[in-house]
Amino acid sequence: MAAPCVSCGKAVSYRFFLGARVSLAREQGLWKAAAAEVQTGTASQILRLRHTTVVSTKKNIAALRRETYTLDFIKKQIEEFNIGKRHLANMMGEDPETFTQEDIDRAIAYLFPSGLFEKRARPIMKHPEQIFPKQRAIQWGEDGRPFHFLFYTGKPSYYSLMHEAYGKILDVEKHQNQLRAQGLFSEKTKTKDLIGSRWLIKEELEEILVEKLSDQDYAQFIRLLERLLTLQRGGAEEEFVQRFRRSVTIQSKKQLIEPVQYDEQGMAFSRSEGRRKSAEAEAVVYAHGSGRVSVNGTDYLLYFPVTQDREQLMFPFHFLDRLGKHDVACTVSGGGRAAQAGAIRLAVARALCTLVTEEEVEWMRQGMSGVGGHGCSHAVPECLSDSCSGYLKSVRRHLNVQYAGLRAPLFMLQNCNSIFQF
Amino acid sequence: DSSPLQRLPCLDAGHFLHTGSQAPQNLAAHLDNQVPVESPRAVSRTSESDPAKHGEQHEGQHYNIPLQDLKAVFPHGLPPRFVMQVKTFNEACLMVRKPALELLHYLKNTNFAHPAVRYVLYGEKGTGKTLSLCHIIHFCAKQDWLILHIPDAHLWVKNCRNLLQSTYNKQRLDQPLEASIWLKNFKTANERFLSQIKVQEKYVWNKRESTEKGSPLGEVVEQGITRVRNATDAVGIVLKELKRQSSSGIFHLLVAVDGVNALWGRTTLKREDKSPIAPEELALIYNLRKMVKNDWHGGAIVLTLSQTGSVFKPRKAFLPQELLGKEGFDTLDPFIPILVSNYNPKEFESCIQYYLENNWLQHEKAHTEDGKKELLFLSNTNPGQLERLCAYL
Repeated sequence: MAAPCVSCGKAVSYRFFLGARVSLAREQGLWKAAAAEVQTGTASQILRLRHTTVVSTKKNIAALRRETYTLDFIKKQIEEFNIGKRHLANMMGEDPETFTQEDIDRAIAYLFPSGLFEKRARPIMKHPEQIFPKQRAIQWGEDGRPFHFLFYTGKPSYYSLMHEAYGKILDVEKHQNQLRAQGLFSEKTKTKDLIGSRWLIKEELEEILVEKLSDQDYAQFIRLLERLLTLQRGGAEEEFVQRFRRSVTIQSKKQLIEPVQYDEQGMAFSRSEGRRKSAEAEAVVYAHGSGRVSVNGTDYLLYFPVTQDREQLMFPFHFLDRLGKHDVACTVSGGGRAAQAGAIRLAVARALCTLVTEEEVEWMRQGMSGVGGHGCSHAVPECLSDSCSGYLKSVRRHLNVQYAGLRAPLFMLQNCNSIFQF
Repeated sequence: DSSPLQRLPCLDAGHFLHTGSQAPQNLAAHLDNQVPVESPRAVSRTSESDPAKHGEQHEGQHYNIPLQDLKAVFPHGLPPRFVMQVKTFNEACLMVRKPALELLHYLKNTNFAHPAVRYVLYGEKGTGKTLSLCHIIHFCAKQDWLILHIPDAHLWVKNCRNLLQSTYNKQRLDQPLEASIWLKNFKTANERFLSQIKVQEKYVWNKRESTEKGSPLGEVVEQGITRVRNATDAVGIVLKELKRQSSSGIFHLLVAVDGVNALWGRTTLKREDKSPIAPEELALIYNLRKMVKNDWHGGAIVLTLSQTGSVFKPRKAFLPQELLGKEGFDTLDPFIPILVSNYNPKEFESCIQYYLENNWLQHEKAHTEDGKKELLFLSNTNPGQLERLCAYL
């Protein structure tokens, strides 16, 4: 351990010195360990400097605690965001005053194009309120006394909300009693149309109140609001309740019905489109005919050699008991064999809407075969809905029913007079 | 017997309003038939089992072929699904249809002094060309013609093993298996002629065997069957002799080829060096081509086009021009085309009745009007499709 050790020792000490200059605890630890190894190692091991990753045993307490953003920090971020917005507007050549969030998004997507599939991983520039999670401000003063009077319940904002709601109920009842005493109470209850909106879900409420709730708390709150709704209320209460309702887009119940058209010979026909997967079809259904169907100019028997596809074509007619009464001429493109059959089926069903009574349209929508005299009470999804498969999936989840593809209606309508059931 | 009751639903007042084009046809069929009882047999069956006497009034009805006749006349040549149906129902019933009636009319009026007329049955897949051909063959067999029936010419241009170099002509190739199978069936079909017809040349098979001039044709056939190596040449000899002697007047010759578009076109066969073989290089095809030329008289040639077994032809092709190609069309040129189409409503009804009678349609809704309409739509009155659909019910 004579000469080699000396040189290595020097080298090691030199490196150790370097390590000391850098003065990061982790790295010091690394070199210390290496130095220790060299001193205890044998001759052959001295020449190899082993790089071992040192796991720091001291816990990083700062990282464990959730990052709390101070109010000042958030304010600073907001200022920076605004300034940055103006800079961005200048860069893009737009007016800084009227630079909206959509413009920001577009600018960022243009300046930092990203090929990442996950949209949330792409660069974003949004208002700090949307980026930093909402946190509660410090809820007690310097003397340790809490600001809110309900602090010791553990969920101050929730209980204050409940208190407020109950207070409103009491107010309304008092008002009603007064009216009744004066004899001006009118029994009419004008119920606002609640269709088209839904209550907040628990997660959304938690987000508003910035505290965790339990299911029972949430249920209690909703019950209180509903009780408020049953009473006659004025505008202020209305507004209060509306804060907790979100609108829901409902699928329009009415199918857009094309008017009947007439062609040169005076034959009544109706034209409509349908889509399934990536197949698009356009069907022209003549009001009087003998059941001939031509697809892209060729007979449907030649175009669809598989029986299953022809069954799909048959279904709208069979449903309305109009087999052999209409002629169809359709064009279809895209998709595969079954997708094309499904697209034509949808197009034919829509076209038949014009040639058929309103009742039957409704029957079609609900999946009941009315003309045959026996109805099915299954809520089988409509023949008419767009992107049948998508809606079928959602209804399937709703009904907890397992079935495959568009053959499902045939399967479900077992009471009906179809020979072909699978 | 529940058959009268089966007819009642269509006359039921409630359903009457809903029936489409089917009901008037049904009623018309009823009123046309002289039988007072509305039995389904009147619509779907006829008792006339001699094809010679079939006429317009039998159109759409099934006639029965006795099973012994079937074995004698059709050792090969019936479509496989039909054979299965015969076995299931234990009876062979063929529908009388317009194309066959037309052909029968022509055949009855053939002038045997003129060169043989070529008739080509064509149509879309599954419309009934092969069965019409079988109808004609049955007629000719009853009339005591000699039937030269090649059940499916496509079998000779694809999937052949054991191609040998021809003993007769070095350029051509033999197909011993196919030839021997065909010879066996030919013998079964035409037993009585084989002893009557005498060959007019001496044929030397090899050093030890030869057939003398004047010996019956049966010997040639035997030689082909026993010595498989010479089977193709035996077939060639049979064809040559029959062609030569058909004008003599002893017998009438019917050449019936199913899938004649196989004779012109391509084969899927390859030599050992992977070079493709043209149809002319196969001895069987070469001789058959000579047979369908109309340079002989004393009979008729009935041909069928078929896409189903064909090689290298698109699925939707059914016209003679498409399937035969230019070469074939020119060779066959003066021919009488006969289109075989889907069922008309009367024939469709008759077919359904036939299945119902044999208890083939087990579904309870099968005999209702709605059920029939469904079947009509799904099969588009195509006989082949209808048969396949009904197999599931």
